[in-house]
Amino acid sequence: MAVATPPIPLTKDEILRYSRHLILPEVGMEGQLKLKNAKVLMVGAGGLGAPLGLYLAASGVGRVGIVDFDVVDYTNLQRQVIHGTKDVGRKKLDSAADSMLDINPYMQVDKFDTAITSENALDIIKDYDMVVDGTDNFPTRYLINDACVLLKKPNVYGSIFRFEGQATIFAYPGGPCYRCLYPEPPPPGLVPSCAEGGVLGILPGTIGLIQATEAVKLILGVGESLVGRLLLYDALAMRFRELKLRRNPECPVCGDHPSIHELIDYHQFCGVPNPAEVTPVTEQQAGYMSDTEIDAVALKARLDRGDKFQFIDVREPNEYQIASIPGAKLIPLGDLPKRVGELDPNTEVVVHCRSGARSAKACDFLRQSGFKNAKNMLGGILAWSDKIDPSVPKY
Amino acid sequence: MAKVLIPTPLRQFADKHDSVDLTGATVAEVLASLTQKFPDLRKQLFNDEGKLRSFVNVYLNDDDIRYLKKDATPVAAGDTLSIVPSIAGGV
Repeated sequence: MAVATPPIPLTKDEILRYSRHLILPEVGMEGQLKLKNAKVLMVGAGGLGAPLGLYLAASGVGRVGIVDFDVVDYTNLQRQVIHGTKDVGRKKLDSAADSMLDINPYMQVDKFDTAITSENALDIIKDYDMVVDGTDNFPTRYLINDACVLLKKPNVYGSIFRFEGQATIFAYPGGPCYRCLYPEPPPPGLVPSCAEGGVLGILPGTIGLIQATEAVKLILGVGESLVGRLLLYDALAMRFRELKLRRNPECPVCGDHPSIHELIDYHQFCGVPNPAEVTPVTEQQAGYMSDTEIDAVALKARLDRGDKFQFIDVREPNEYQIASIPGAKLIPLGDLPKRVGELDPNTEVVVHCRSGARSAKACDFLRQSGFKNAKNMLGGILAWSDKIDPSVPKY
Repeated sequence: MAKVLIPTPLRQFADKHDSVDLTGATVAEVLASLTQKFPDLRKQLFNDEGKLRSFVNVYLNDDDIRYLKKDATPVAAGDTLSIVPSIAGGV
């Protein structure tokens, strides 16, 4: 990928720092100057963003923009190696920038403390040579894809699920885009997130470094890029496979006769609520209960009173081993359709999970299956630990 | 016999199998044997009209069947059929 700006020469200190690149014929002084003059936008400073940020910084990429609005928490540290224990509670943006500038003070880090949206994406991306996508949801994936196609900027893509990852380059001129691979997203709720499904901590390291490798190769203009190839990685089998990707001439955004010429509403496209528009849930008074919901305090009072209801935990058995609420019967969400016969549709059912998301799905399912009184326990195990029993570990 | 590779997100609908050997002369026939063996997979792979869902891709060896003969793509013994659904995780 050609970098047009006139190169800023390397200082004596930088020459020493990049010595192992400079003696590599495929990089050399010319390549190192390309890296120094390159501008890469990293969307997300999480699992994929962590190795990306660290290695782009170490490699000598001169300017890296980071888009992130999240705060570091303890559950991030199992995989987001750009943040440390001391950073818990800080903005990921600040923590990531500090780590990168510590590795390499000869670079510039641009911080965008925002979610990337249809309103700001083109404006943010336009100043960079390419995007590395380290986001975690379908609306943002489609948004970044379309913005990159419209701006003709390559999108170095990676995504992960449990033990599996995918990587490729989308929107490279003439190459396929994300919509060529997947014209539409799955319906909401079908594919669990990392928070619900779990992820091997090392997995985003592997996939993020494949993205970093591809970004650096694009900048240097060396080797054979992943354009037109979807790399699949299975950590359990320790196997890489490669599938052919083609540009779809009928693609609505990068095809021969595109019908999409500007960014759209990606939350609507993916059938999910826009987090910016969801009115915040007002904190209910402790002891809240309605026909469809019950909080931890009200649940505890009813359990103590010995109220008769069916109490179900829809998490997985390995989660049950970590923490549980006494009296709950374990029926994992995936098994519920098969095991629904174990429950009486005419008696009240209270359902809980870790955070309240899966139990909400379970309640929807139970109501559709004819259960007259299914209540979702708000906040799940997390709320139980906060409000009732602090000795119950959060995870 | 063709080998069908089942990705992580769909293994819960296939008795946790990561691959299964099935017979069928075309992609449609192999997928029919697959959903016959694991009926829970049908809803994941096909929409109400029985068409493959647009966030699920099927590859014969390393080629996307959309660029071959789609459902009617012939399958030979020893071929590998990969089901590759869309995943979005990253943090």
